[in-house]
Order: sequence, then structure tokens, then C-alpha cells
Amino acid sequence: MSVAVSNPIPVNPVEKYLRMERIPHIWCPGCGIGTALNAFIRALDEAGFEPDKVCVVSGIGCTGRVAGYVNLDSFHTTHGRAIPFATGLKLANPELKIVVFSGDGDLIAIGGNHFIHAAQKNMDITVICVNNFNYAMTGGQYGPTTPISAQTSTAPWGSYQAPFNLPKLAESAGAVYVARWTTYHVRQMKKSILEALRKKGFSFVEIISQCPTLYGRRNKFRDGITHMEWFKEHSVIKDHPIPSDINLGFRTETIVGKFLDIERPTYLDAMNDRYQRIREEKGV
Amino acid sequence: MKPDPKTVLTGTHFLKGNDAVCEGAISAGCNFVAGYPITPSTDIIERISKRFPFTGGTFIQMEDELSSSIAVSGAVWGGAKAMTVTSGPGFSLMMENIGYAAMTETPCVFVDVQRGGPSTGLPTLPGQADMMQARWGSHGDYQIIALCPESPQECYDLTIKAFNLSEEYRVPVLLMTDECVGHMSERVVIPPADEIELSPRRYTTLPPSEFHLFRPGKDLVPDMIKAGDGYHVHVSGLTHDEHGRPVITPECQDALVRRLVNKIRQNEPKIRMVEEDIPDDSDVILVSYGISSRIVFLVRELARKEGIKAGIIRPIVVWPFPEEVFRKAAKKSRPFVVVEMNMGQIVYEVERCAAGQAKTYLVPHAGGTVHNPEDILKIIREAVK
Ligand SMILES: Cc1ncc(C[n+]2csc(CCOP(=O)(O)OP(=O)(O)O)c2C)c(N)n1
Ligand code: SF4
Ligand SMILES: [Mg+2]
Repeated sequence: MSVAVSNPIPVNPVEKYLRMERIPHIWCPGCGIGTALNAFIRALDEAGFEPDKVCVVSGIGCTGRVAGYVNLDSFHTTHGRAIPFATGLKLANPELKIVVFSGDGDLIAIGGNHFIHAAQKNMDITVICVNNFNYAMTGGQYGPTTPISAQTSTAPWGSYQAPFNLPKLAESAGAVYVARWTTYHVRQMKKSILEALRKKGFSFVEIISQCPTLYGRRNKFRDGITHMEWFKEHSVIKDHPIPSDINLGFRTETIVGKFLDIERPTYLDAMNDRYQRIREEKGV
Repeated sequence: MKPDPKTVLTGTHFLKGNDAVCEGAISAGCNFVAGYPITPSTDIIERISKRFPFTGGTFIQMEDELSSSIAVSGAVWGGAKAMTVTSGPGFSLMMENIGYAAMTETPCVFVDVQRGGPSTGLPTLPGQADMMQARWGSHGDYQIIALCPESPQECYDLTIKAFNLSEEYRVPVLLMTDECVGHMSERVVIPPADEIELSPRRYTTLPPSEFHLFRPGKDLVPDMIKAGDGYHVHVSGLTHDEHGRPVITPECQDALVRRLVNKIRQNEPKIRMVEEDIPDDSDVILVSYGISSRIVFLVRELARKEGIKAGIIRPIVVWPFPEEVFRKAAKKSRPFVVVEMNMGQIVYEVERCAAGQAKTYLVPHAGGTVHNPEDILKIIREAVK
């Protein structure tokens, strides 16, 4: 007896990590957030963690919607508070692998204080920041990462405030792993996210992304592809550059790469060590 | 469920209210506290930080009250029993994440050791002017539970109660103390662990394939999971359906918000805690809560010497408001005299429940110290005229 076997349809390895019933997603055609999510999921798959023990925490924004699409325990918190939520989650259950996935406005403006303090404490979480140079969800206002001269809905004559240099900020605050890539650098991005996931302590990956609908349209990047091509032509890979050399300007060269990979005791390890010693001293 | 006897300081102690809150939390099984120092609540986190290494808890001093208040929700979804502690200005910052905890039905406890306000106000002196903020402070419609202890003993007992109610109804519970109760020292009896009843978290027994994160039981409260158990849940502050999926429609909003409100309103008789002593021949009913009630009990004796007989209602659970108790008391048309350390907050509730059947008087006080008994007596005399 012969059994007819149809050609199996290859299953996209990404699918099991997504809530497929939530697709189509809300992101615009050509948006870079999907690329970042794809790289994250491929890195997660390769890392081989037990998916039940991985949590994604997001704040509010277009990027903040990532938490709603991953088929993991996922938390969509209040604007800016993904990192302190993740802090509570990690401290309550240290065996969880916790990834904060959010936007530049969420993590660096309203959540900026939490960002530096979690880095300083070396909280054992991975932070993936999609930097699209604006507050996209609310219609493309300028934010802490908008380059000088770029136009946004609230900087119609061009922005005139200096933007944050996120890798430099993360490094000086105390992160142990820092990398930056653009959405053009999908392989490198995945590799860095994988390293970040495997790193103990506060790891940070900045993903420079196009937002064709708002930032791109206002700044002469006709569509997503145009902006990605621009990333391709104007990015320079440098490992371990001087942090102040990696400032982002308006239509200037973008330095990408792995910038930092060091060891430092995590908050939990330091806390447990100290308390263990105290308990031993007191004989309890 | 009983607490771990190793963590319970069974015995008779002389404790400050703030210390009693700390011990109540530990007896209740609290094992996560995030906080940011602020007078007059700081001594709670000081004691917590000293005790937790020996009770298996984790204390973290966060960068502000925004982060403290959301770290609590994170910890609860990680499986902890969690609390944060603050006063006036910090309480204002926590409103955002009280709303988040209400929306995501995260069982947790917020302690507000009230001081005089507004703004920085009276850092070291008492007030009771955060009562409406406790009820309405975060945007949108929701319902919390709030308790008002009048002594260090009640600080201990009601902190345990607060944790229990938060678990039973999956709601943030607010312990509204004040500087006076927080810093007065009195006898506190801590019972043996096996005499303390704790409400366990309502973890589901269903497998992931059958479980819906926000499908309520008969009492309108859904069962819970914790992260890492394989349920792959999505928890969001957006309006969501029974699966936890964001659904931005008036229909979904109506179903969710109605339930969030009704799970407390409908269960109010079960949540209710009121001290009520209204002899039949009372001329007037004195209403107070927390520290103000300590003065009111004294004033009742002073009034009796003048031939005025006063009944007393002291809500211990202030939110949800025990409407029925006041409606019933109003039927005999005896005036209410409301004594609270603010310019009038709970008096509005009393007046609403009196519904014109009984006159309502307020003895206002801007805070900083307790009422002068004579100020209360003056209003009582006017009320019974
Ligand atoms: C407390 C608060 N303030 C403002 C908003 C409105 N808001 C929603 S998303 C957002 C900005 C998000 O920017 P970003 O994090 O860069 O995410 P993007 O949409 O660009 O991915 C703002 C201001 C909010 N939700 N909550
Ligand atoms: S508005 Fe911008 S960031 Fe948001 S989904 Fe569209 S392209 Fe992406
Ligand atoms: Mg952005």
C-alpha cells in the first residue's frame, strides 16, 4: 500500500513565537519594527531558552505593541515603565529571561530615568530599543533621539536640540553589553541580540529604524526601502569606538557595531552574596 | 493558608504604627517591597530592608514612586506578594500604576502614610486629605479598596487584611494611614502564625488550552497565573477581552469596566468593616475614620457630660463606602457630624447617603495635628439645637 505524501509546507521558524491569530499587525508597510522583531525571535530561537521562561515587557508606542504579538508571557505596561516592571518581574522570579522591547521615546524620554538606574544596578534584563527618531505612535513628534535639523510634527522648522547618544548613555550608566545596528544589518542585529540574551546583566541593543509614515515622509526618505538603502550606504561598522564618536546626526554617517561587552556582578548576584554572608554571620 | 511561623513575631510588643505595617506585611507573606523614601513613611521601608533578608523577601529602593509602583505589578506577575509604601507627593506619582494594577487586576498593596498637603505641604505632620485621591486619583473608571487603621494594632491587622482582600478580589488595596498613627507607639499583639488566616492567590487549575486570563468566576473575579508557568499570557493596560487581547471598542470597554467596578461594588457587604455604636436614644451620630476617630471617642464622653448622647460610625473599610450603613442610620433623622482631617471629603459620601433625611455637618481641619475636641463639640451643639 502506498501513502500519498504531499510536500510539507516549510514552517517559518518564527511563527511558533508569534500570536498568529493577532496578525495582521498594526505596523505600516515598510516599518522597521517588524525587522527588529524578526531578528529578536530568530535570536531567541537560536539561544534555545525554554520559551515558557521567557517574558517580553513593552511600554507604549508603535514598538511597544511588540508585547502583544509574541507568543510568550508578555506585558504591555504604562508609558515608560517597561524597565521597572521588568525589574519587579525579575526580582520576583530570577529564573525568567526578561526582554524589554520598546521605543526610543518610551525608554529614553518618559522612561529615561528608569533606563539609567536599571543599567547602574546592572539589572539582569535585555533591553532592545527601536530608535526611529520620533514618537511615532502619537503622530511623529520630536523626542530625545531626533537629530538636529530633522523635521517632526512638533518641530516643523527643524529640531534644534541635541539628541541623546544611546550607546554612550547606556555605557556610562553601567550596562555590560551595548550594540547598535540599523534595520539594514539584519544578520549582525540578530547576532548582537543573541549575545545580549546570553549576557548576564543589563544588555542593550539599539536598532536604528525607519518610520516611513512619519519621520521618513517628513525628512525626504520616500519609503522604507529608501531609508534602509540610506542606512546601508552611510553606516560604518566599528567595534569599540570612543563612545562620543558615535553621535547620530541628521543625514550623517552612522557608526554601528558592538561597542561594549564586559563583566560586572548583577544586582541579584550582589544582593544574594551580601545577604548570604549576613545570614551566615548571624547563624540563620 | 497560614504564614510561615519563622517570619511572624508572635508576642506582645510596643510598636509604632509604621513598624506594625511592616510586621503585618511580613505576616501576610509579603516578599517584595519596592519603595522610594518619603517622610513620614520611610521607617516602613527601613524596617523592611532590615527584616527581609531573614524572611525571604526582596526589597529594592527604586529611583522614584513611578518605578516603585509599577515594579510591584511586575513582581506580582512574577509570583510575589508585593507592596509599596509612600506619603502624599509619592502617592500622587503612584496614581498611574494604581490604575495599571486595577486594569490588569494585579493583587497588591499600596500604603499611604498621609501627611498635610497639597504639594510638599507638611512633610512631618498628619493629614487625611488623600481620601478622595485614593478613590479617584487615577484616570478612568475603576474601583479600589481602601482601609483606615486608627492604631498600631489596626496597622498590623489591617495590613494583613489588605493583602487578603487584594488576593480575593484581584485589586490594588490601599492602606490609608497617617503620620499620627504611623508614629504613635502602642501595644501590638501579634498572634501565633497558626491563628493568622491568609487568602491564597487565586491560581487557576485549568490547563493553558482552557484558560482565559480575564474570564471571571461567579464573583466577577478571574483566576490568575504567574509568568513562567507556560500559559503565555498577554497582560495589557489597554482595554482587553477575556483572553487579554486588546480590543478597542465601546462594547469591550463596557464589559470590562463594568466588571472591574462591579466586582467590588457587588461584593461590598462582604468587604465591609465598620465600627458602629448607635444607642437608640442618640441625639447625633459622629462619623470619623483613622486617627480622627481617636478624638471622636473622647469627644463622645465630653458631650455626654453636657447631656448630649452621641452614636458613632467608624468605617474601617472606607472604599467601597458602606452606603447601606449610612442610609439606615439616616432614617431616624439624627444629624451626622463628620470629623476628618481635611476640608471635606468623606462628608460628601455621608451627605449623599443621608439623601436629605438627616442633616450633615463637617468639622473641617487642614491637617498638621488632630482636631481640638472643643471644635468638634461646638459643631455637635449646633447640630443638636
Ligand atoms: C503618560 C503618557 N504620556 C503620553 C502618552 C502618549 N504616547 C503614546 S506612545 C508615545 C510615544 C512613543 O514613542 P516611542 O517610544 O519612540 O515609540 P514609537 O511609537 O516611536 O515606536 C506617547 C507620547 C501615553 N500613552 N502615556
Ligand atoms: S508610524 Fe512609523 S513606527 Fe509606527 S508603525 Fe508606522 S512606520 Fe512604524
Ligand atoms: Mg520612536
